Amino acid sequence: MDEKPLYDGSFTITGGNFDNAGKVSSNIKTILKQIGLSKNVVRKAALVAYESEINIVSYARKGMIRLRVVPECIMIEAIDEGQGIPDIELAMQPGWSTANQRIREMGFGAGMGLCNIKSFSDIFNISSEVGKGTHLKMIIKTNCESLNS
Amino acid sequence: MDLESIVKALNLKIRSGEDKLKSEILGGYTGDLLSDVMANSKEGDIWITRQVHQNIVAVASLKDHAGIILVQGSEPAQDTLEKAIKEGIPIMVSDLSGFEITGRIYELITKKTD
Repeated sequence: MDEKPLYDGSFTITGGNFDNAGKVSSNIKTILKQIGLSKNVVRKAALVAYESEINIVSYARKGMIRLRVVPECIMIEAIDEGQGIPDIELAMQPGWSTANQRIREMGFGAGMGLCNIKSFSDIFNISSEVGKGTHLKMIIKTNCESLNS
Repeated sequence: MDLESIVKALNLKIRSGEDKLKSEILGGYTGDLLSDVMANSKEGDIWITRQVHQNIVAVASLKDHAGIILVQGSEPAQDTLEKAIKEGIPIMVSDLSGFEITGRIYELITKKTD
């Protein structure tokens, strides 16, 4: 896509810092609302950003979320440096989780994050390398209201 | 039925967002798993939970919930409270169980909209 984006920026996230978890997603939601996207699209993007952010906080040393918006779609990329995922198919199964007790006590780590991201995105792509990190790419179409509403 | 009427009917104690109790409550969601709440709750819902850490404020704010009710005598953590005040999210507390609160609110709001 060679058109000028409505927004293009990235946000860094520190692993293990649950105090600020959700802040990046909150910024992203505000930006998308200001652009004037529909509620349903903003809702989907906020969920995708939030789950991605929580995954980085829970499992990675550090990471970043890149947000790009063009008139047709929102692109969210979550790139982290961390433990990576040995078996992506298994990690995508609802309920599968490697979260420790501390994460679970806070109500995270229920094995729903990646499934949620996938089901709220129109296009979802995941790649991961053990010991290096994980890269998620999501696209949410701005003109397609139906999928999860 | 607005949030203020629910607060009165169930004798909830308000911990933050006293000035945000006028919103009309059409539904709610009960749950402690944040991903579940993120995926399945709706805008304007009242969220019933026993999680007390500050991440509940982020979830309620991202989902545009009308407020959070902490059950079973739970109190918000100090940083949760500070964040909720800053973001204007009503947090209410009750000694009742999540089961009972959910049932009573369900009864109140369905009766009203019938």
